[in-house]
Amino acid sequence: MANYFNEEFETLPRIALEALQLKRLKATLDRVYNNVPFYRKSIDSVSMTPESVTSLSDLQRLPFTTKQDMRDSYPYALFAAPMEEIVRIHASSGTTGKPTVVGYTKRDIDNWADLMARTLVTAGAHKGDIIHNAYGYGLFTGGLGVHNGAERLGASVIPISGGNTARQLMIMQDFGSTVITCTPSYALFMAEEARAEGLDIKSFKLRVGIFGAEPWSEAMRGEIEAKLNLTALDIYGLSEIMGPGVAQECFEGKCGLHIWEDHFIPEIINPVTCEVLPEGEKGELVITTITKQGIPLIRYRTRDITSITYEPCVCGRTHARISRLSGRSDDMLIIRGVNVFPSQIESILVRIEGVEPHYLLIVDRKDNLDTLQIQVEVDERIFSDEIKVLQSLARQIEKEIKDMLGVTCNVKLVEPKTIQRSEGKAKRVIDNRKL
Amino acid sequence: MKVEQISIFIENKSGRLAEVTTILGFAGVNIRALSLADTSDFGILRLIVNDRDKAIAALKAKGFTVNKTEVVAVEVPDQPGGLASILHVLDKDSINVEYMYAFVERRGSNAVIIFRFDETDRAIKALSAKGFNMLDGERLYGM
Repeated sequence: MANYFNEEFETLPRIALEALQLKRLKATLDRVYNNVPFYRKSIDSVSMTPESVTSLSDLQRLPFTTKQDMRDSYPYALFAAPMEEIVRIHASSGTTGKPTVVGYTKRDIDNWADLMARTLVTAGAHKGDIIHNAYGYGLFTGGLGVHNGAERLGASVIPISGGNTARQLMIMQDFGSTVITCTPSYALFMAEEARAEGLDIKSFKLRVGIFGAEPWSEAMRGEIEAKLNLTALDIYGLSEIMGPGVAQECFEGKCGLHIWEDHFIPEIINPVTCEVLPEGEKGELVITTITKQGIPLIRYRTRDITSITYEPCVCGRTHARISRLSGRSDDMLIIRGVNVFPSQIESILVRIEGVEPHYLLIVDRKDNLDTLQIQVEVDERIFSDEIKVLQSLARQIEKEIKDMLGVTCNVKLVEPKTIQRSEGKAKRVIDNRKL
Repeated sequence: MKVEQISIFIENKSGRLAEVTTILGFAGVNIRALSLADTSDFGILRLIVNDRDKAIAALKAKGFTVNKTEVVAVEVPDQPGGLASILHVLDKDSINVEYMYAFVERRGSNAVIIFRFDETDRAIKALSAKGFNMLDGERLYGM
């Protein structure tokens, strides 16, 4: 029997859950139609009104909201509550130009803390846990989001934030942290640093790791679990929708992330044609928020690629599960016409025994042909004094990538730590093509 | 009769070899023999040194990938046909040489050939039977 934070809502029968969703969706549409000119215009444009939505499937008739819409509304034009009611403002790291701004009312912050506490319990955390929160604190939602949820749960939270890995390790060991929250690449980076400093991180008290904010693979989970001696679980969230705590993989099932459907309605669409895809098919995740007041979003295109299942889960929660993210529709590389996600290459690399997922993809165009170079670091486990052994490893990686993805690539073996490590999101791709 | 060689992974870019030798110099490690195998992207530097542990610790501290391999050091008279006499023995027993390199002893009139075999023990047996002299570690490292 699983532990729940809010058993009633987490295990609500689907009929009741869907009735709740419809009620909340209508209230949200009402709010945005009357408070946000952008949404009045977009709902009018398809000749609908909040009242004309009478079933959940009517949602599919409404237009999408995109990242560009948020940029165009910079900073506050999508807010659906007056500034007097906004108690917190966060912003996402805009990769180009201005950041994306989100505002929260007191009730939004309260709901977020509840959902994040629910998320932590879903990952197997409980009161008495010492939560080492290495997500960055600040404008980024990661740090404060997890923090508030941990306090709501009643766990002891260490607001360590990102950076200074040596100090992180010391505190983790001395304070007896039992749960760690950070990006999966930073978890591996910490394991590496611990080894370099002669610390046995496996003997630390860590029991659970909640990793997110970047796509990772099942193989990388195996590596993190082996190196840190903990259960590694996937968390999903994005600042536009709320922050961390939108979806979480459960400790019991460890198979897909429960998306909290009493607050969010998920859909999967074909990123090119925008048609809604059936259960189980892979596509772009679209989310409608149904309880937010500060900045509710209707059919927000997350750009994250996943699939959804409504199959019952062993943990007893009735909320749908999204599969591990397999990339972003805007991170997708098109190499000689083939769609390639960096995460696909990563899972091939980790499967080939011994190769750590420290890699960098360099895409270029020579004589009008796309080229893909994969730099892979050589560590002691794969190093050999014989040239032919290393060369055959490189050829094997090239062959597997060709077989699995249909893309020709060139593998270049490089010295350890020559590929930049990040304490936030890992930089995995350099695209030098001038298109 | 086996001796230990250290191998270092180096990328094919300027200054890497200088860096390795500088690190060893600062660590007070003396190089007895070396060979460098290279491809267009990377190289493997193989060394016989007087103090393996010190060399490995110094290189690892600077982030290099290093490993130890067992090789065989065979002594031959420094005269025409010396190397051929060894290779004949190996050929007869179908023993493969993965790679080899040589140096000439400072004193005396012998050359020393460092061999990496696919089947080290069988090679040692074959060479011993034909009376070839193989150097032990202490003698080689201290040369």
